Order: sequence, then structure tokens, then C-alpha cells
Amino acid sequence: MKRSRYGIAFLILTILVLVFLAVNVCAGSVNIPFSDVLRVLGGKETDAVSADIVMQIRFPRALAAAILGGGLALSGYLLQTFFHNPIAGPFILGISSGAKLIVALIMVAALGRAVQVSSMVMIMAAFAGAMISMSFVLLMSRVIDQMSMLIVSGVMIGYICTAITDFVVTFADDADIVNLHNWSKGSFSGISWENVGIMAVIIFAASFCVFLMSKPISAYQMGESYARNMGLNIRLFRALLVLLSSILSACVTAFAGPVSFVGIAVPHLVKSLFKTSKPILMIPACFLGGAAFCLFCDLLARVLFAPTELSISTVTAVFGAPVVIFIMVHRKKEKMG
Amino acid sequence: MEEFYFYTEGLSVGYHGVPLIKNIELRLRKGEILTLIGPNGAGKTTILKSIIKQLEPVGGAAYLDGREIGLLTGKELSEKLSVVLTERVRPELMTCRDVVATGRYPYTGRFGVLSREDHRIVNESMELVHISELSERDFSKTSDGQKQRVMLARAICQEPDIIVLDEPTSFLDIKYKLEFLSIIQEMSKKRHLSVIMSLHELDLAERISDKIACVKGDIIDRFGTPEEIFTEGYIPRLYQMTAGSYDELTGSLELEAVKGKPQAFVLAGCGSGTPVYRRLQREGIPFATGILWENDLDYPSAKALAAELISVKAFCRMDEGAVKRAEELIDACGQVICTIKPEEAGEFTEELQRLYQYAGAQGKIQEKL
Repeated sequence: MKRSRYGIAFLILTILVLVFLAVNVCAGSVNIPFSDVLRVLGGKETDAVSADIVMQIRFPRALAAAILGGGLALSGYLLQTFFHNPIAGPFILGISSGAKLIVALIMVAALGRAVQVSSMVMIMAAFAGAMISMSFVLLMSRVIDQMSMLIVSGVMIGYICTAITDFVVTFADDADIVNLHNWSKGSFSGISWENVGIMAVIIFAASFCVFLMSKPISAYQMGESYARNMGLNIRLFRALLVLLSSILSACVTAFAGPVSFVGIAVPHLVKSLFKTSKPILMIPACFLGGAAFCLFCDLLARVLFAPTELSISTVTAVFGAPVVIFIMVHRKKEKMG
Repeated sequence: MEEFYFYTEGLSVGYHGVPLIKNIELRLRKGEILTLIGPNGAGKTTILKSIIKQLEPVGGAAYLDGREIGLLTGKELSEKLSVVLTERVRPELMTCRDVVATGRYPYTGRFGVLSREDHRIVNESMELVHISELSERDFSKTSDGQKQRVMLARAICQEPDIIVLDEPTSFLDIKYKLEFLSIIQEMSKKRHLSVIMSLHELDLAERISDKIACVKGDIIDRFGTPEEIFTEGYIPRLYQMTAGSYDELTGSLELEAVKGKPQAFVLAGCGSGTPVYRRLQREGIPFATGILWENDLDYPSAKALAAELISVKAFCRMDEGAVKRAEELIDACGQVICTIKPEEAGEFTEELQRLYQYAGAQGKIQEKL
């Protein structure tokens, strides 16, 4: 009975990802029929404009939304596991903002010298930023044992980083600043095939490592003392968890800027769908869920007020923030009950 | 040292290199139960944590099966030793069965998938602690008592040679306390499982333990069998009790005696006096009682609560001195409470009958308080 539930849930998520992927490629300021899209993908003759839109703009963008969304949800799941707190996530703990800050600094510096920044450098910068924020949060977690206060300190870090980023972006003088501005608010636009390739390699590799860790994660869910008694090397495990979640959220930030709430909302929704917290199921399910969620949100961001595009965080917040509120109310109830 | 399954050598435990308890020498054979007792904050948990390798010893070492615990790998240790801790577990969306199954962790493969054999052991462990009916229940929605039993099943399902439990009975009511400890006793005798635990319930500790270690100050004050530990007057010293008393033999507790000149005299015996003593204590009335043989059921509570107690050696005749003193006390007291029926008593109670008549002549007899 349980197994069939898991099977159906996985099927639903996979179908959602595929459907949204298709719709994202078809829909937009110019609607392209699905049959045409298939023909373009099949390499058959179509008109050049549609082919360009599909192959150069929409398809890489949709893939990026799917891959980065999956990575983001997974990163959130890892942080929630790490802190034993369902509302921890890369955005709320200021990790995305830290990554954003360092990337913005590098970009502005590079633009000033008219140097092209490769995506690898961007990822490295984002990773450095993510690690800086993460170390700060870890440092705070030693002093503050109350989870809610830790979250608040993470939000504050986020604000500080965002403020500095805005400052830098405002005073940077370049034509490319518009792009930078869009990016710093979060957006999946302007993704090239090369970008997709790089992000796929990094995110898939990191996600695979996370999947290999599903057994220790299940031990860690029982609390540290019990996990240690099960033979888990806590120090190594925690280090790996921090490293992987930082890589994932850094990679997302490097390409799409900070994207809010996906990391919290998706693991929670997926958990409710599966009615389990078994890591071996949650890890692939979070990835699929994150992909579907980001595809859906990016679709809304593009078509809702077309040709004006919303920032992705605006849309994810609309759907994600209520989930966070729901979790908090629910938790309170459970504690009282 | 070979015969001991678990032992420590000059073990010192504490935090940040500062020893809290020094020179711990414990020895335990297979199938034996060792209980740590001692006042709150004495460091029982610290000792347990050091034994299970959650805390680095400050000095010395603990050994399991002849090997130093600190040098065992996490996996090796997890196959020999399992734990039930005071740490609250709050797993999300896990059934009790899922929680129990986490005990199979050291034996499963890369992805932790349970084999048929693992499932069998999980079922067996749950049956052992009588929680099979909780199997599919959400762990977070069970009571504290149920949670504790689930955690015990989890520890058993890890198939250890030794289980370490930190205050396992604290949240349990009396039924579950006894049930829980019975399971532990059964496991230790039948499966030769060694058990190390800390308990607050001295009476239970005295009954279940093969060995007891008393943690006091910065040392293990006593280590031995319950008979060696529970000698008269030791427990109040161990806990530095300032009020009330503890009877080492029966494990019964009494509140602080009311001091002062006796206002009532209780003619008692065979356990009939104890409720009256306690009532007088509650009402703050100092009393005298007697004449009791030292093997009378009322003797321990009388000793703990009476302002003055007249007693005679067990199996001996009541001597005239005792009767005389009792008569003096009856003279001094306003009332005499008689909880026995002297006329129905045996031939050795002649003196009690005399006292009954003596008091009756003064019109002081009350059958009940």
C-alpha cells in the first residue's frame, strides 16, 4: 500500500516536470504549438524564428529552471536536516544572499575592467559567498541554541548582503548593469546551452552524492547522540552536508541569483505528498518537486504580465511563503497538542 | 580481567579536560545489570556518555570485550553496544516501526534497505517489548511511555551485547516501570545481555541490579552488589538527605519525623500502626509508640517517625524496663491510640494487654484517631 503510494507520487512528480517543461517551451510572448516544438527538437525544417526561440531561449531556460529548481529544493532539504528545523533553507539563512554578494562584487569588478567572467568563476565566487554566510550561521548556531533566533540571524545576514549588493549594483556604471540588476533579484533568463551543461554536471554530481548519503541522513534524523551510536562519524557527516548544500545553492545563485522559498516549500510539500521522511525517497522526490515548482513559477513569471517579466523570487515567494506560515502554525499546534 | 565483559581502568570523566568524577573502576560480566545511583547532577549521565563514546574520557579508559572502547570504530561499537538516552527524538512522519528499524543501521547496506532477516528481527524486538500494536502508529503521536518502549525495542533490534540506558524509567508510570525493567531483566538473563543504566528509583535499583555503583562527589563512593550497597544509613549519606528517611531493606520512604514531647502514645504492631504514624506526622503531632519487636512490620516506620520508640529485640520477651517506660509515656500523653486488639493477640503479648488496661484505667484509650 505504501509502495504504491510512493510509486504514484513519483509518477505525478515526473509527469508534472515533463508537462511544465513542454508548456514552458511552448508558451510565451510568441506561442509555439507543441507539434512545432517537437519538429524543432527532431531537427526538422521549421521557420527560423521559432527554431531560434525554442532552441536558443526557451529550451535552455526551461532546462535551467528544472535543474536549478531541483538543486535548490535539495539544498533546502539538506539544511533542514542539518538544523533539524523545517523552515531552514538557503534563502532564509542568508546563504543565497552571501553567494549573491560575492558574485556581484566579482561581476562589477570584471565589468569595470571589461573582462568576461566565465561561469566557472561565477560558481566559485558564489560558493565562496555561500560558505562565508554558512560559516556565520554555524558560528551563530554555537552561541544561539534557539532555532527561531538562528533563523532571524540568518535573515539579518541576508539583508546585510542584499544591501551591500544593491549598493554595489547601483553605483556600478555599465550597460550590462540591467542584466546584473535582474540577476540580483533572481531570474532564469539569459541562460546559454553552455551554462546548462555546466550546471547539469555540478548539480547532478552533487545530487548524486546527496543520494549516496541517504542512509547516514536517516541516522542523523534520529538526533546526534543516536546517530553517533549507530556508528556515524558526525563531524565528517556534518561537514559533507554543509559542503553539498552550499555547492548546490551556490550553483543556483551563480546562474539565477537568489531564489526564495523553494528550499523550504518544496521539501515540505513533497513530504506531505509522500507521507514519509525517508531520505532515500525524499532526495529524488525533492529534486523532481523543485524542478516542477521552479518550472511552474518561471512560467508564471514570464507569461503573467508579458512582455514584462517578473523576478522569479516574486513568484516563488507568493507560493512559498504561505507554506512557511502553515508549517509554523502547524508546528505550534503539534507542540501544544 | 578476562572474565569481565565490560570494565573500566582508572577512568576519569568530565568536560573540556576537567575531570568531574575520577578513578572509576567498574566491572561487569555478561548478562549482569549494573545500575548507577546518586544525587541529581552527580555525573551519572557524564559517566554513561563517556562509556558510549559520546564524550572523550579525561583519563583512563573503558573496555568492552577486552578492547578499549575509544579505539573501536563507530561501526564496531554499534554492533556491540546500543543506547536508550534521555535525548528527545522528534523524527518527522516516522511510524514506530520505522524508528525501531533504525536499530538495524549497522547491518544494512549502502542505502539502508532492510532485508527479510532485518524485518524479522524488527518484528521480534517489537514483540519482546509488547509494542507490536503500535507498529504503524506515528511515533510523534505516541505517549512518553510508549516512546520509551519503542526506543528500547530499537536498542534491542540493534542486537547488542550491552545496552546503556540513561534514566529509562523516568517518564513511565508504575505499570510500565515494572514492565520495562522486567523486559530488561529477561533480556539480560536469557540473552546474556549486559546492561548499564542509571536509575532514580532506589527501590527498583536494589531489586534489579547485580551491581550498583554509587556516584558521589568526584568519585564512585561504593561499587558492589545491592547487599553491599544498601547497608543501614548509607542512602541518606549518599544523597545527603536533610529531611525524612529511607529504609534500605524495604525501600520505603518516610517524611521528616515530628520532634518534641510526645502528645500521643500508639499501641501498635503487625503493620497496623504505620498508617496512624503517618497521619500523626501529617498533622504535626509528636508521638511515642511501642512496644514493638524489632522485626515488627511497624518497626521501620516507627523508627523513622516516632519521637520516642520503645522496642525489644526480635523473638524476645518484653522486659519490665520497656513496660515501665511505656507506662511513663502513657502517663505523660493525653491520648493512647490502640491499633491492635490485645485480647485477640497471642500469649507473648501479655505486656501489651497490661499496657492496654493501664491506659484504659486512665480513660485515655482511643480505638481510632
